[in-house]
Amino acid sequence: MNKLELQKHANEIRKGIIQGVHAAKAGHPGGSLSSAEILTYLYFEEMKNIDPANPDNPDRDRFVLSKGHAAPVLYATLAERGFFPKEELLTLRKIGSRLQGHPDMNELPGVDMSTGSLGQGLSTAVGMALAAKMDNKDYRVYSLLGDGEIQEGQIWEACMFAGHRKLDNLVVILDNNGLQIDGNIKDVCSPYPLDEKFLAFNFNVIRVDAHDFDALAAAFKEAEETKGMPTAIIAKSVKGKGVSYMENNAGWHGKAPNDEEFEIAMKDLAEIEASLCQ
Amino acid sequence: MSVKVNLNSDKKVATRESYGNALVEVGQEHENLVVLDADLAGATKTEIFKKAFPERHIDCGIAEGNMMGIAAGLASCGKVPFASSFAMFATGRAFEQVRNSIAHTKLNVKVAATHAGISVGEDGATHQCCEDLSLMRTIPNMVVINPCDDVEAKAAVKAAYEYEGPVYLRFGRLAIPVINDPETYKFELGKGVVMREGKDLTIFATGLEVYEALVAAEKLAVDGIDAEVINIHTLKPIDEELVAASLAKTGCGVTVEEHSIIGGLYSAVCEVAAKKQPTKILAIGVEDVFGHSGPAKDLLKEFGLDSEGIYNKIKEFLK
Repeated sequence: MNKLELQKHANEIRKGIIQGVHAAKAGHPGGSLSSAEILTYLYFEEMKNIDPANPDNPDRDRFVLSKGHAAPVLYATLAERGFFPKEELLTLRKIGSRLQGHPDMNELPGVDMSTGSLGQGLSTAVGMALAAKMDNKDYRVYSLLGDGEIQEGQIWEACMFAGHRKLDNLVVILDNNGLQIDGNIKDVCSPYPLDEKFLAFNFNVIRVDAHDFDALAAAFKEAEETKGMPTAIIAKSVKGKGVSYMENNAGWHGKAPNDEEFEIAMKDLAEIEASLCQ
Repeated sequence: MSVKVNLNSDKKVATRESYGNALVEVGQEHENLVVLDADLAGATKTEIFKKAFPERHIDCGIAEGNMMGIAAGLASCGKVPFASSFAMFATGRAFEQVRNSIAHTKLNVKVAATHAGISVGEDGATHQCCEDLSLMRTIPNMVVINPCDDVEAKAAVKAAYEYEGPVYLRFGRLAIPVINDPETYKFELGKGVVMREGKDLTIFATGLEVYEALVAAEKLAVDGIDAEVINIHTLKPIDEELVAASLAKTGCGVTVEEHSIIGGLYSAVCEVAAKKQPTKILAIGVEDVFGHSGPAKDLLKEFGLDSEGIYNKIKEFLK
């Protein structure tokens, strides 16, 4: 898939995020928008044996959204990839919906692990990667973490184990948007330096721009070629990316746009779409 | 009808030992059984499995929360993980990981904890978990099993493997008498077991207290009190029919557990009684206090959880 097509998918996914969160009148747009390119690249380019008709294929690559509050980006990506009709995005967080506030593997096909309680997803991804090694299977496991989430100690327990077991079939992607609920991660409880932490846990570390598909392609290629250690891709991102008034604003971590704000957001995204079609 | 029980056996086995041995037996038959531990393999006895199947034993180091998550991930890929630590850390430290990564997901993980209750002994209060049954019972989708001896513990491990979904298994450190008959014993998940028939009161007991309750019942018999003793090895789902029927028959209940009287067997039995057969019920257990260091046997005596303590409390209750 060429870069332009990927960019268009990412923009459609951003629209899905905004539509879902607006309809729900709740949810987490900021950290969903920041990771749209990452999920686009994973589901449209990187991950193997992803098939909406066979979501439980035992040989599929797995994805664990450890920052489970970014459920809107996962749902919008799965819808964009054909797992369910896009209209269902409007049921987000409503009673009876398969689109729970945080992803539920028993509700929605395509969700490989239920997540939401921060710090827990990576351990389950490590378990999946370990299972592949024990069974001599080729599937790979990808997990997206928040840069606030890594304040949880369990993340480092999981990293220690993954490094110790040389799980080179595991790729951790850190959505480094710099903001958490209470403000700038540097001010709340700084997790920096990031590279050195993952290096110390015996990871291969790659830095990328989270919104640059060429950089993401190169990073995932390097991760696949790296043997004997897991890879951490530290993806510098813009929280709220694509929606003018949400960008770099911690206030949009967990808040839905009102009707007026919704119109502005959709207009912003329509402009991006128009620029892509030129 | 009551099952065959031997109160005079010389054989004593700690149920943690039964656990380690049963893992080897079940693991021999099932390739997908894997065992996780958190640097306590020697104490939890998963080292017995490790010797037999080193490639299927995963030591996660001292990181119980991560261990539960790894178990969940393994289960999502078709493995049947038995994740082990002391009851304190498996259910306390890792409570939320068990709740969210294992139980909410309905993944096929068995949380198998040893060193439960005050019979941990010398290690003292920080390691004597008397809250595990309560914690695990409150989690939806979780089956809670507390076997009473070697025979039942081994059978429980097999049953837990065969059951599809999360299970909590409670094992002890102290060697305790083998009271069940290995030839005729049958484990049925969710079923209470009448160990002794009686008509004057029903003693519901679980874990190592089943033996102590049976001995206490024999002492009561000398005084002309005919106690029924029911072994509740599965606290959840509890055998509601048997509990209600026995209370209806005797009209008097007692629960005995090496656990807090809050949230464990007493609560489980009272929940059934309140709903189906309102009855006055005496709670014998750890009475909302922490334990402390000492030899296990002495602690059980001090806390009134040996046969003599049980006998005395019941006599007082019946006055």
